[in-house]
Amino acid sequence: MTETPHDITLTLNGTPRRLSVPARRLLSDAIRHDARLTGTHVGCEHGVCGACTVLVDGQPMRSCLMFAVSADGAEITTTEGCTTATGGLGPVQQAFRDCHALQCGFCTPGFITTITAFLETNPDPTEDEAREAIGGNLCRCTGYQNIVAAVLRAAQIQREQSQLQGEQGQPA
Amino acid sequence: MKPAPFDYHRPGSVAEAVETLAATGGKVLAGGQSLVPIMSMRLAAPVALVDINRLPGLSEIEVDGGRVRIGALVRHRQLEQHEAAYAANPLLRRALSQVAHPTIRNRGTTVGSLVHADPAAEMPAVLALLDGSVGVVGKTAGERTIAAADFFVGPLESALQSDDLAVTATFPTPPAGTGSSWIELARRHGDYAMVGVGALVRLVDGAVESARVSLISVGLTPVVVEVTETCAGAPYDRVDWQAAQDAIVAAIEPEGDIHASAQYREHLARVLSARALQQALDDGAAKEAA
Repeated sequence: MTETPHDITLTLNGTPRRLSVPARRLLSDAIRHDARLTGTHVGCEHGVCGACTVLVDGQPMRSCLMFAVSADGAEITTTEGCTTATGGLGPVQQAFRDCHALQCGFCTPGFITTITAFLETNPDPTEDEAREAIGGNLCRCTGYQNIVAAVLRAAQIQREQSQLQGEQGQPA
Repeated sequence: MKPAPFDYHRPGSVAEAVETLAATGGKVLAGGQSLVPIMSMRLAAPVALVDINRLPGLSEIEVDGGRVRIGALVRHRQLEQHEAAYAANPLLRRALSQVAHPTIRNRGTTVGSLVHADPAAEMPAVLALLDGSVGVVGKTAGERTIAAADFFVGPLESALQSDDLAVTATFPTPPAGTGSSWIELARRHGDYAMVGVGALVRLVDGAVESARVSLISVGLTPVVVEVTETCAGAPYDRVDWQAAQDAIVAAIEPEGDIHASAQYREHLARVLSARALQQALDDGAAKEAA
């Protein structure tokens, strides 16, 4: 069977990318192999581990459970896009560093994207809410305590930043 | 772990989708949260996928006095967070919060879960418990409504034909005074339940008027058991669920697997049913008091 290529456009971390992919190309593989953004990791490849989680139009989704062709036109944010405007560590990334929330780092990209979206809707979570938010992501190093701490720390960083911006009269 | 090749179609209307299904013998791609892993594991290799994600008019949630009706593209999360749907029928949110993880619920569709007809899935059991229905458009059989009682035929088998597209699902709102609950037990948070139970208990003037449960992972389809006879007329603060539990256990045929033996599933069905019924009763009593 010859596979027909499909021309699609994905806005990856703010940059439109035109890709030509066969229908069966998983979104995770399109991001890694076609767009060469290898920050997104592929663990179980059947939706259990959460390592491949990216934001699709702002919502966390498993990129291994979507076909790239079906995501045509979508805005995708990967861990590479969870930075500050100037490319520094974003609040969740900074919190992971502060709290030693990564060991081998394989699961980290999925946590970063999931937590980034979670804090958008819940900027001041309780520890229980933080645990529920990351319930769909597995860490084989079992470093969950520090990851939960990082969720709370990231929320704190975001609050401090918006407070600082408020004091300086800048838009948050 | 890569799917086999397939032809990809993205129709612009329901009619075109149904035509394409008939012409290609393909499968429908909606959320894909069950279909894609099945294809990745090569348990299925459809020749074509008909992607309905761009079809207009299928992302609506309608709530009126008698029902909650959802289109085929309503994501689990969208229905779970819908305030009017929750106010009309809290059971929907209670069960949806147990469907996999939020990330999966962001993409997976509720109607897709019904069509997938997994006997371990929550929403087929909820549809069956509420005597709901699925709205279907087919090339051969045309437009029709299939009642939940006829919809779930076997494990991973619905009453849909290969050129049918499920376009809506309707969850009737239980009558006033009805409490509801959903309880399940899984090995790990977010996994398929070893056993899950949804319950509806209706109170009239402080006494049980009717009660029924729907169970998952204890048979080939969701199992609905009417237990009204075992408890009707009992005052709400003195209900003994023993006879209901016996009736439920008699109605199920659990099988053993790596997660739980058949005997353990039977035990869980007995224990969780009483808890679910009691929770639904308390929910109903709270509503009556309000």
